[in-house]
Amino acid sequence: MNFLYAAYAATWIIHIVYLGTLVRRYQRLSKEIAELKK
Amino acid sequence: MSKTSAIPSGVTGATLAKDLRLEWRSKDAINSMLFFSLLVVVVFSFSFDPNAEESRQIAGGLVWVAFLFAAVVALNQTWARELRNQVLDAYRVSPAPANSLFLAKALGNFIFVAVLEILMTPLFIMFYKLRALGPAWQLLPIAALGTWALVVNGTFFAAMSLRTRSREIMLPLLLFPISIPALLAMVNATTAILTGELSAKFWIVLLSTYNVVFTIVCLLLFELVLNAE
Amino acid sequence: MTMRRLFPIFGLLTAVLLSYALYEALVAAPTEQTMGNVQRIFYYHVPSAWTAFLLFFINFVCSIQYLVRSNPVADKVTNWTVIAIAIAACVAAFVIHPLPEGMEPSSVATTGLAIAGLYFLIKKYFSRERTDALAVVSAEVGVVFCTVVLVTGPLWARPVWGIWWTWDVRLTSTLVLWLIYISYLMLRRFSTSGQTPVLAAALAVFGALDVPLVYFSIWIFRTQHPQPVIGGGGSIDPRMLHVLLINWLAFLCFAGLVCWSRYRLEILRRELEETQALEALLEPRSPR
Repeated sequence: MNFLYAAYAATWIIHIVYLGTLVRRYQRLSKEIAELKK
Repeated sequence: MSKTSAIPSGVTGATLAKDLRLEWRSKDAINSMLFFSLLVVVVFSFSFDPNAEESRQIAGGLVWVAFLFAAVVALNQTWARELRNQVLDAYRVSPAPANSLFLAKALGNFIFVAVLEILMTPLFIMFYKLRALGPAWQLLPIAALGTWALVVNGTFFAAMSLRTRSREIMLPLLLFPISIPALLAMVNATTAILTGELSAKFWIVLLSTYNVVFTIVCLLLFELVLNAE
Repeated sequence: MTMRRLFPIFGLLTAVLLSYALYEALVAAPTEQTMGNVQRIFYYHVPSAWTAFLLFFINFVCSIQYLVRSNPVADKVTNWTVIAIAIAACVAAFVIHPLPEGMEPSSVATTGLAIAGLYFLIKKYFSRERTDALAVVSAEVGVVFCTVVLVTGPLWARPVWGIWWTWDVRLTSTLVLWLIYISYLMLRRFSTSGQTPVLAAALAVFGALDVPLVYFSIWIFRTQHPQPVIGGGGSIDPRMLHVLLINWLAFLCFAGLVCWSRYRLEILRRELEETQALEALLEPRSPR
């Protein structure tokens, strides 16, 4: 049973981590664009 | 404008001869490679110390891993000399077909790695007390096909790696995943011959298919890689 | 722009679908006789695998297109080849008797048509440069989904078959595909060439040719060294099939969302790079 929850948890952890990297990249990009606009 | 031709001409021979001549005269790469091969064999022998029975089971894998590492070190030097003297730019503007250059490089590497294998094999036989229980003559085509499989893709990826940072690590990163079916075939074919338990036929067919497919693809796509500044 | 409004709506829909699918997988689906509740991992493992393969296939199509669209002759030849493949699939579906196990005539024909449809859809809606952006996106998201497959697989195998890993055809092919695409992403990251898309596309072609060879090599290996088969085929309870498909639909929508976001990020990043390059050109040189 533990394996079942571990598998589902692992799936979502992997997806959330990836989405996290996307958000961080987006923030960095927005900052650079703001600097460029100055 | 496409510069590929179906059958590479005397340019291949000339380039190959030039490479071999340069290598023979300078001997720097050969000497370091020779020593490297010896070291590899000795280190492996320390790490795995089986008796004659077990050694036949694992020797196939060990030998090919050792050859693989030697090939990677050799391939990394492939384009180094060309880069140093900006020869690549000259090739790009010359009317010589791109795949003549590729074929010459690949054949040169093949000869180079084959020499290393010929030197390493007796050492392996000695350290592991190897004796083939199956048809030993089949080991020759297996060695030739396996080496070509590594070298043809290796030469192509070495050219690709030229345009990357950390180019020495990039070559094995690109080469190993693609080579997995070929490595599987080489190792299993060699083990089959050494243990004499199974037929190496299917593996030889697989290796040949792999070689045909990837030689064609490399020849077709090499021009793109050469022109990628 | 309607795209901006569509995104949150689609996001909400996907969230609802995923929740429903999760409920179905954990509660509503019948418990498997031999494996028990652990079998429910199947509802996450298999859809992730199908999604990953679809994404890698999209990357392959984009790579081919990037390589051939620069050359009008090659472009035309490839168009006709794709059409020929679709026709061949339709013909083979109804002519070849009997089909290999598990294949229905309708699905073979549909797959052939879907491949051609996907190829021409991408060609129509993406310029050559954007095709390359789509290639990066599909490779990255594909690797994420493939990682899920490789993590959930052993987690399923261990309690059921007692082993973490085995060198069977599907698992090994998936591992090799994952490795190839990680090397693809590394090439893109470390390349200093202006022609990175071309090099990466060439690597994708190598990868695509390699996978059937891997499949075949493991198949030979297995006939010589038989080993346990994980997640074997055979028929499936229709209720389980229903839950499986719901989960697949949910994950497809989720993958679509993630790809969409990543794609927007990629386009933005490229625009920024172009602007920065232009700025550098236009900046007046400081006096020496």
